[in-house]
Amino acid sequence: MTAVAPVTPSAPPPPPSNTLPGDGEGVRGRRARRRLTPYWLLLPAGLWLAVFFVAPLVYQASTSVQSGSLEEGFRVTWQFSHYTDALSTYGEHFLRSFAYAASATVLCLVIGYPLAYMIAFRAGRWRNLLLVMVIAPFFTSFLIRTLAWKTILSDGGPVVGALSALHVLDVTSWLGLTGSERVLATPLAVVCGLTYNFLPFMILPLYSSLERIDTALHEAARDLYAKPVTTFRKVTFPLSLPGVVAGTLLTFIPASGDYINAQLLGSPNEQMVGNAIQKQFLNVLDYPTAAAMSFLLMALILIMVSVYMRKAGTEELV
Amino acid sequence: MDPYEGMPEPVARAWERGLTSGRAAMSRRRLLRAASLAAGGTALAACGIPPAAGSKGGNGPDDTPDHSRKEKVLNFANWPLYIDVDEKDKKRRPTLDRFERESGIRVKYVEDVNDNNEFYGKIKPQLAAGQDTGRDLVCLSDWMAGRMIRQGWAQRLDPARLPHAVTNLEDRFRTAAQDPGRQFSYPWAGTACIVAYNKKATKGKRVTSVSQLLEDESLKGRISMLTEMTDTIGLTMLDMGVNSERFTDDDFDAAIARIQKAVDRKQIRRFTGNDYMDELNSGDIAACLAWAGDVVQLKLDNPDVEFAVPERGYLFGTDDLLVPAKARHQSNAEALIDFYYQPKEAAELAAWVNYICPVSGAQAEMEKIDKELAADPLVFPDASMIAKGKNFRPMSAKEEAKYEEKFSKLIGA
Repeated sequence: MTAVAPVTPSAPPPPPSNTLPGDGEGVRGRRARRRLTPYWLLLPAGLWLAVFFVAPLVYQASTSVQSGSLEEGFRVTWQFSHYTDALSTYGEHFLRSFAYAASATVLCLVIGYPLAYMIAFRAGRWRNLLLVMVIAPFFTSFLIRTLAWKTILSDGGPVVGALSALHVLDVTSWLGLTGSERVLATPLAVVCGLTYNFLPFMILPLYSSLERIDTALHEAARDLYAKPVTTFRKVTFPLSLPGVVAGTLLTFIPASGDYINAQLLGSPNEQMVGNAIQKQFLNVLDYPTAAAMSFLLMALILIMVSVYMRKAGTEELV
Repeated sequence: MDPYEGMPEPVARAWERGLTSGRAAMSRRRLLRAASLAAGGTALAACGIPPAAGSKGGNGPDDTPDHSRKEKVLNFANWPLYIDVDEKDKKRRPTLDRFERESGIRVKYVEDVNDNNEFYGKIKPQLAAGQDTGRDLVCLSDWMAGRMIRQGWAQRLDPARLPHAVTNLEDRFRTAAQDPGRQFSYPWAGTACIVAYNKKATKGKRVTSVSQLLEDESLKGRISMLTEMTDTIGLTMLDMGVNSERFTDDDFDAAIARIQKAVDRKQIRRFTGNDYMDELNSGDIAACLAWAGDVVQLKLDNPDVEFAVPERGYLFGTDDLLVPAKARHQSNAEALIDFYYQPKEAAELAAWVNYICPVSGAQAEMEKIDKELAADPLVFPDASMIAKGKNFRPMSAKEEAKYEEKFSKLIGA
């Protein structure tokens, strides 16, 4: 903090002047150029956004209000009913997607936070190795990793055998999360797949915000007789909030639109909105409805995220 | 340095205006709002997807210039595991290598057809724009080949360049509904959709019909059906005593309703593409709809896998080779088709892929390679097997859209 010097009425500041000594075309030109500099710097990103984000978005918006068929062609008829139809037909898919994505996000947070905490404060010289291990799954394709779960969770496999012997499956099947003798092709399998696939997206931002916390703060808390739990509650957790928010967003948003996990690990009763969009686009060839559904998905996510950000109150992120 | 250097004069001036004097008149916010409104109105209305049939690349051999003479190459897109490979060196494909040697044409063989709809989605934009897809020969299931032909996106083949194919194509393949008289396409292989099961997983129980798949309590949650609408619905209709070659909307709806009941009861574990094979092998799927060629291959590795040709008939189809519109090497493609219609090559191919061989005379050649396979009704169907096979009737574009919509709701999306 810098102290503000008291203003003395006896010494009025010099009148503001628009002209500096030696002002001429050169300086004004230089200033104008300096004003433009940020725009030139924005140009590459702007172009990228225009080509790969704005243009597809406009095209998609247009598609969503067209009608017609592949053989007759699609024309813009400003038919907004695609949106209401999609919501009424696929409302269940939207709800299911958000429910699965939210469950996966919570699970990721529960699993990821302790791990990130451990890596940030307790890992010592193992820190880098552990971080590499968090990222290691990215070295294989998303698809392969998801397919691997089919083997791990297969009906006759050890995981299902163990869960069954421990009567865990009896409980989960009573809750409607699994079958009584299987995990694959149930909601639990899909949520587990999502959790697994997006876990690194939770851990990395958590780690980076935890790692930035000055350990001197912990010592200070201890000096002031704070219990470890209190230190965590009052110091560590609030300081890691940006990481929590970033992690939950990075997990929730892609998980809501994911369709691979539901397709490979779910049954027809667990399909998510991504699957429905894919089918509309590739099989039914109803491009307008597919586009409208994509827009709805985007809009709903945007609404949820902005409400969440407002509640989480982490302005420094944006 | 002039920042507008290299731009055409009017464009440069417009840029300059926009960045300098224009800003005095308009704030950025207003400019953006105006721009977005204008873009919203004009850009949205300007977009649109032209009709498929209107952008006809559909053509006889004369329409698209054929570069085969100068460019001795052929781009061939096929399904995975759909061609013979050398037992010792999986990178070598004996029949294809022989074709390259004999014809001097270099074949770029790519296994990028995994799903009819996905592949169609991939090449459609180019076809609709009247551009070359980069593929000279593609292998698609009969109904999709039919759609390509209907939309004018397949090149008419020249029978003069297909002497073997014209003489050796089995008669029953000649009158295909999607391409009567075989003007645009020739079958690569015939497919039979049947019922398969894993003996171990069913505890010795035989599964022989769609009824059993859909209604047997002991199989609950352990059966799968196919994401290919024609196969799943076709076989279900046959099971209900409806001829899949002449069905009505009501028949279709009845089949959907019947499968829907099984979905609601959680009888059906998944709807799959070719990926049912792993799960049938491991027993996670106890019984399913399957393609005969897959089952023949699977049985070799796993004796628990069994199949049954349903009493009421099986769904018969073909995977057809066709030359997409604007492809550059039509006669090279025709040379390859013709090559595989020589009985010897056809037999070698069939011995590896185990699908129904459409080439007459191949059975005699197969006797020399593999006696057992030559007698296998799944590869060389006998009269009774042929009689049981039914096609899925061709659909109009409207019907196809309607049926696909109902079917995709059924399979959960």
